[in-house]
Amino acid sequence: MENLVQEAIQNVNLHAVMPSLILSVAGMALLLVAVFSPRGKTAHIAWLSIASLIVAGIVTIMGWNDTQYGFAGSVQLDNFAAFFSMICIIAAGLAILMSDEYLKRENFPVGEYYPLILITTAGAMWMVSGTDLITIFLGLEVLSVSLYILAGFFRDQVRCNEAGLKYFFLGAFSTGFLLYGMALLYGVSGTTKVYDIAAYIQANPDTTTNVMFVAGGLLMLTGFFFKIAAAPFHMWTPDVYQGAPTPITAFMSAGPKAAAFAALIRVTFICLEGMQDHLTTVFWVLAVLTMTVGNLIALNQKDLKRMLAYSSIAHAGYAMVGLVAWNEIGSAGILFYMLVYTFMNMGAFAILILIGRSGEENLTLDGVTGLGYKKPMLGIAFSIFLFALMGLPPTAGFTGKFYIFAGAINSGYIWLAVLGVLNSAVSLYYYLRIMIFMYFKEPQEDYAWVKIYPATAVSIVISVIGVLYLGIVPGSIMQLARMAGF
Amino acid sequence: MADNLLSIMTFFPLVGMIALLFIPRDNDAMLKSFALAVSLITFLISLPLAFDNVFKTSGGMHYREFYEWIHVGEFFQMNYNVGVDGISLWLVMLTTFIMPIAILSTWNAVKKNTKGFMAMLLLLQTGMLGAFISLDLFLFYIFWELMLIPMYFLIGIWGGSNRIYAAVKFFIYTAVGSLLMLVGIIFVYYYAIQSGSPVNGFGIQEFYQLDIPYGAQFWLFLAFGFSFAIKVPMFPLHTWLPDAHTEAPTAGSVILAAVLLKMGTYGYVRFAMPLFPEALQTFIPFLAFLSVVGIIYGSLVAMMQDDVKKLVAYSSVAHLGFVMLGLFALNMQGMAGGMIQMINHGISTGALFLIVGFLYERRHTRQISEFGGLAGKMPIFATIFLIITFSSIGLPGTNGFVGEFLALMGAFESDLRWYAVFATTGVILAAVYMLWVYQRIMFGKVTNPANENIKDLSAREIVIMAPLLLFVFWIGIYPNTFFDKMNPALEQLLQQINNQQVAIVEVVQPVVANVVDTK
Repeated sequence: MENLVQEAIQNVNLHAVMPSLILSVAGMALLLVAVFSPRGKTAHIAWLSIASLIVAGIVTIMGWNDTQYGFAGSVQLDNFAAFFSMICIIAAGLAILMSDEYLKRENFPVGEYYPLILITTAGAMWMVSGTDLITIFLGLEVLSVSLYILAGFFRDQVRCNEAGLKYFFLGAFSTGFLLYGMALLYGVSGTTKVYDIAAYIQANPDTTTNVMFVAGGLLMLTGFFFKIAAAPFHMWTPDVYQGAPTPITAFMSAGPKAAAFAALIRVTFICLEGMQDHLTTVFWVLAVLTMTVGNLIALNQKDLKRMLAYSSIAHAGYAMVGLVAWNEIGSAGILFYMLVYTFMNMGAFAILILIGRSGEENLTLDGVTGLGYKKPMLGIAFSIFLFALMGLPPTAGFTGKFYIFAGAINSGYIWLAVLGVLNSAVSLYYYLRIMIFMYFKEPQEDYAWVKIYPATAVSIVISVIGVLYLGIVPGSIMQLARMAGF
Repeated sequence: MADNLLSIMTFFPLVGMIALLFIPRDNDAMLKSFALAVSLITFLISLPLAFDNVFKTSGGMHYREFYEWIHVGEFFQMNYNVGVDGISLWLVMLTTFIMPIAILSTWNAVKKNTKGFMAMLLLLQTGMLGAFISLDLFLFYIFWELMLIPMYFLIGIWGGSNRIYAAVKFFIYTAVGSLLMLVGIIFVYYYAIQSGSPVNGFGIQEFYQLDIPYGAQFWLFLAFGFSFAIKVPMFPLHTWLPDAHTEAPTAGSVILAAVLLKMGTYGYVRFAMPLFPEALQTFIPFLAFLSVVGIIYGSLVAMMQDDVKKLVAYSSVAHLGFVMLGLFALNMQGMAGGMIQMINHGISTGALFLIVGFLYERRHTRQISEFGGLAGKMPIFATIFLIITFSSIGLPGTNGFVGEFLALMGAFESDLRWYAVFATTGVILAAVYMLWVYQRIMFGKVTNPANENIKDLSAREIVIMAPLLLFVFWIGIYPNTFFDKMNPALEQLLQQINNQQVAIVEVVQPVVANVVDTK
């Protein structure tokens, strides 16, 4: 034990955690700033948070192609981690941009909100760069605990409380699975470092049939499946997404989900490689189940936020196709897809923020009737996001799906790709329905309450640019995803 | 200029669309004139293609452009790879030719949100032209899907009373087909990579050289063929067409009939048939059967319609059946007949939809029973309608005859002899439903007082119809202008499909000469 501590202290390499360190320090400093700020004044905290995200982003980008190992191999800031970190940073940045005016409108401008997002992001970064099960777990917990608070942030709204509580209970439950699985893996291999576990399995090939190892692996994966909301572990998603403050819903569906995917990929592709044959079957079934369940239930939703919640389940299913492929194209495809998904989904949520009314959490299909005529720019932006979510060219949704399905077909999973595209076809219906209400019906109201908040508009513009850029000239970013993939 | 002619032509409407967005939305006249100008300039840009004699001597791709686009290491590569040959040439020309006509036809018809309407038309044009010139399957797919979005809005926003149903049906039918094709496209690519053949991104010319095993070809042909069959549309996948046509605004119907449906047949000619020739042999009897069913069924249903627009829509199903039958004959007559019939259908059915539009603008109804005796009231209209009717029936001297005759003859001389026999009844049925509808609308006494003061065609409407009439007779009397440039490419295509040297038979020209003589 003493050796371990000594080794860890000697191997401290702050470069390996620099981006998340910046965010943690900034988060804690801003908590103090929030305390000393007058109530209701939060804009400066939001801008400082964005500044710290930008700094963290620059540090992350500068570390590209320069893998840093730290804390005796528990942290590894490689391209893979850097790519996912950037996704989390972008998601956090967009979420903060769309938050300030929203919080004011909902009459809850509390400064602690932003530091919590920063700390969530820091946790997500530990998760994506962790190469030790304990680091991954720590990151997951930091991320989850901050999100429990954020999900239930409007403490005077019942629905919001329900979201926070539900998320907390199911999150705690899933953490139990995760931790139990990790403990079993430790029990088998005697180590918590993912590379050491892989080495142990290499040396003892019969481990892969060891009940304890298999149970440990599956329990751990179950914990991750909860976090990425794969069916049948998705039950918490609709209620939590619907009840949480909209920017937090947007953030949860992009950043933390990407982080969970990152940890899942790293652990699976390194530790559990010996179980590949069985695991691909598991992933195959879950991927199909997840996208089908998500899409079929979304068909019937009238509440837009809830519809997008189910659609996000379906999109997790598409991303899982990349796991089944279990090749470089598939894993790079997941990286690219999570980035694409961040832009298209957060953009869609930003629009929901603008067209929602104070205190009104039930934004239904009827609520966007004729929007395209009264607010043409919002209508066009929303249509672009919806076409992207459908997966139509020339948007990023298409290139993202292409990347993932190319991975699956390259590995010979043609039927999975067929099921995937048929699922996209099902999803067309509910996305098109939003557009039917926006454009094909005469406006009933003049949408006088819709104010174009400048910061939220900026987040929409960034998302539109992201969706079109990644859709029309995706080459360079696809190349980065390739360099970052496994 | 000439180096980038195809790109300039394809993206000019897109640039025009973006410029159009900066015109104030209430300035209707300006918006219309601007869109018309953009489409006319696009037509002028494309005009040198039609006069280029290089297509007479060589069946290969010309006006090639090649740029690297998406290169992701060994994962995949896509290029901007375009060109035209004698097959796509006339379809490109048809697209640039029909567009100004379509825009001009909406002059008074579209009242709400003209800006959006024109923007969608221009975007649609970029999609259509891009799909015809793409030589990279990935690029083709992008343009193919790009056409969906504007058409969806054109039907959904500016369509008739049942427009939402029609728009969604159109969108989902087409998208399901193309998504399956996407899986096929990716599969072909990785098959090519893994088999070690030289590839050039998703370039089809390299894919033509692949030797794909029959089992894979079977499924691939199914994936591609299904997608294109929806677009054609072939029986029994045609049900979206009458809905879409009936609900779409006139310009939408014209473009849908004239160009979008050709995407399906073009897809067969360019992709499904030459890429998977062995599977094609298996599917030909089945597809030819469906074509014949389409011809007869489409004609019979057309005969029974009360709504003149629906009638024209069902007649499209029948006409496209002739195209497909000709293509599946796999000989020069059939192929050439099928190809020219694509153009013919674009001209005559496009014209029929315009005619229906004229009637609708005057009376706001499309019920045949509402009309009658118009010939006396609208002599110019009556003449033009009659000529187009003859062209649609396939009367000798009009374009329809050349196409249908060659397609049927090609089929008769191939293994599809009996199919051709049954398909020929379609020609008779076409005469029945077209002449009958003409008689009910134009002849007899004016029974409906609302028709008493109906106005004849305006100068604008005559200008719209004149170029179409010109081509009805041009193709009908001297089709060699078109065949000369089409034949080398068709020969090359047949060679590719049969994978062997086919003797270059100059069958088409004597046949046509006979046709002209007998008249």
